[in-house]
Amino acid sequence: MMGFDFSQIGPALPGLMDGMVLTLKLLLLAVSGGVALGTVLALMRLSSNRLLSGGAKFYVNYFRSIPLLLVITWFYFVVPLIFKWISGEFVAVGAFTSCLVAFMMFEAAYYAEIVRAGVQSISKGQLNAAYALGMTYGQAMRLIILPQAFRKMMPLLLQQSIILFQDTSLVYAVGLMDFLNTARSKGDIVGQPNEFLILAGVVYFVISFGASTVVKRLQKRLAV
Amino acid sequence: MNYNWDWNVFFKSTGIGKEIYLDWFISGLGWTIAVALAGWIIALALGSVLGVMRTLPNKWAARIATTYVELFRNVPLLVQLFIWYFLVPDLLPERAQIWFKQDLSPATSAYLSVVVCLGLFTAARVCEQVRTGIQALPKGQNYAAMAMGFQQAQVYRYVLLPQAFRIIIPPLTSEFLNIFKNSSVASLIGLMELLAQTKQTAEFSANLFEAFTLATVIYFVLNMSLMKFMGWVETRLRVPGMMGGAK
Repeated sequence: MMGFDFSQIGPALPGLMDGMVLTLKLLLLAVSGGVALGTVLALMRLSSNRLLSGGAKFYVNYFRSIPLLLVITWFYFVVPLIFKWISGEFVAVGAFTSCLVAFMMFEAAYYAEIVRAGVQSISKGQLNAAYALGMTYGQAMRLIILPQAFRKMMPLLLQQSIILFQDTSLVYAVGLMDFLNTARSKGDIVGQPNEFLILAGVVYFVISFGASTVVKRLQKRLAV
Repeated sequence: MNYNWDWNVFFKSTGIGKEIYLDWFISGLGWTIAVALAGWIIALALGSVLGVMRTLPNKWAARIATTYVELFRNVPLLVQLFIWYFLVPDLLPERAQIWFKQDLSPATSAYLSVVVCLGLFTAARVCEQVRTGIQALPKGQNYAAMAMGFQQAQVYRYVLLPQAFRIIIPPLTSEFLNIFKNSSVASLIGLMELLAQTKQTAEFSANLFEAFTLATVIYFVLNMSLMKFMGWVETRLRVPGMMGGAK
């Protein structure tokens, strides 16, 4: 048996904060990119054009059937090559960008399903009424359908984002210094890896648990 | 795109013994399946017990199960894996520690950790599905069973659980598929499952695209076939007279 000694955590706090900032930055960008791309995919999926809906369906099924870690690892190698093909010259992309692209594209598949369900839950009369007022499809979606749909699916989108917050720790695989990776390396340096691991677990728990409690309250209040 | 695709790479020698790269993928897939199935057995058994606990009238049983679910759902999988692989062995009695760290081969100790980790992680999710399944049943089922003189254990054993499990096959299927995907985290503690073998092939052969494409295809096919299989199980076990039962 061994005792725990948390004495070195204090001095390591600034470094840990930097890690958390990176985690949150990745999370915010990935959520905004993922929701935007997911909305486009959902609208494609609901389109009457077979090619568009088939393409979106394949995209969603494809990303939902492979592990996130595989996507992160693959994109780490591939994104720099794609940038190179597009721009013609070698660009140092870095782990952050490749992870961000991986998260956006992967999460878009999950967000797309939420948005699709949200749009489908809006009654058809809303769309017909918007058309009757002379709106185009784009206007009807932007001004009438999507605002209502997003209100309905906000709790689900937030739940998915909490899962994404936990999943950002997988960037460990490509060596990005997020919160978990910072805690691991700081712990190794000072010889207290277990204590720093416990700290990381507690911090992730507190944030996720707190956020999902808030989401549950919000869900009750937003219930239409 | 000026990339030279070379699909024959999988039949080339790895330079280690007589192995070809395809052998690596096959052994990786074997580990992935071994991790997922063993983890699933733990998840299903523990998850069912916890799910039942959450529906019991006993407040303490429900509280314990709720705490378990919140704890295991709000800590990232990777943190949990590190805890099982690095931290927990340090807390074991000395003899068990030596056994885990020295007597076991690295692959075995990584395998044990990841199976326990995934099993307990997924159990929290299975618990929620089982609870939902039980709560979805009409209350009358419970009362009718009690009126017939069943004890609580019998009510669950003969009345509630057989129906609940049949209702929750679709969400359980998605948890079952998730455990296969989540097993890829094992590559981060050095278990040579599918993703680790893919990375190794990409590095050894320099045929990055082929290696990752094959891995993607394997995961995709695995997922689709498990989904088809579970769909078949679901139609076989559908409860007559319930929603979707008429199909």
